[in-house]
Amino acid sequence: MKRETIAALQAARAARRAVAFATRLDDGAAFILPDPAAGAALNAQATAALRADRSGTHEIEGASWFIEARNPAPRLILVGAVHIAQALAPLAAMTGFAVTLVDPRRAFGNEDRFPGITLNNDWPDAAMLALAPDTRTAVVTLTHDPKLDDPALDEALRSDAFYIGALGSRKTHAARLARLAALGHTPAALARIRGPVGLDIGAVSAPEIALSVIAEIVAVQRGGGLAVRGA
Amino acid sequence: MLMNNAEDMEDILAVAAAWAAAGEQVALATVTESWGSSPRPAGSRMAVTVSGRIAGSVSGGCIEGAVAEAALRSLATGVPERLEYGVTNEMAWEVGLACGGRVKLFVEPLI
Repeated sequence: MKRETIAALQAARAARRAVAFATRLDDGAAFILPDPAAGAALNAQATAALRADRSGTHEIEGASWFIEARNPAPRLILVGAVHIAQALAPLAAMTGFAVTLVDPRRAFGNEDRFPGITLNNDWPDAAMLALAPDTRTAVVTLTHDPKLDDPALDEALRSDAFYIGALGSRKTHAARLARLAALGHTPAALARIRGPVGLDIGAVSAPEIALSVIAEIVAVQRGGGLAVRGA
Repeated sequence: MLMNNAEDMEDILAVAAAWAAAGEQVALATVTESWGSSPRPAGSRMAVTVSGRIAGSVSGGCIEGAVAEAALRSLATGVPERLEYGVTNEMAWEVGLACGGRVKLFVEPLI
């Protein structure tokens, strides 16, 4: 592999551009796809690999090619630059999520408390509209404050986010669901919100709660056995 | 340690490029197919240097030593290689995967 190839792959990743990286296993010849120079068959296999988000080896026109699907990192939008976010943001980044932390309260959402984390100090509804959660985005609200959490959840429910979680006790969550229902969300839509957020591992400390949240997000993302909550 | 996405611990290519930029001679190993209970999926990578640095993994730890050797050999010859490891009782004296999985790899120099 050439160093310039790695640089090109890093540039695609930084720009959140989906590319497939193909290596001919006989001699190491490589393409970053899509690339018209690579031929139709290889480009078609690259498209399929990206759609399935799966890397593997394929026989194409008499040669073995390893095709690596390099989709952009899944995103995690955190609303609330609170103590738990200080554990959750770095853990999520380590797990491979591109983390954006939303909090209009600059006393909480600042570089000093969250070094290296992408911050958005807009009001949550405006931030969510701008961030436009898609099928590769998880959203977790952490503020406990309805005037911050509710607008974020309202927008999250209107999006294709694959995971929506809200921190708060069962009682807090019931009250939250009633407020969101009053905004016109159906029971089926509201059932998308996981509250209390995270797997029930008896978490107490902020890092433990962060672990339970990331574990549940990964379970949903990967279709693990703990993705479906028990009755 | 706080990591941002640019230092994603799965992003072994970034580590390899940084090592090469610092003057190290680097070889790469990539899992191209895995079966059974092999713990690392296709696309998993390991980077090794002539000076003895290792980042990433291509199995649960059982074949990394042999793969690193093959990767460094490809660095010396300049020729990529395809490798395959599995485990059966007959080859128990060879390096293999205790988990019973099977894995194919591609090793190549970083140039």
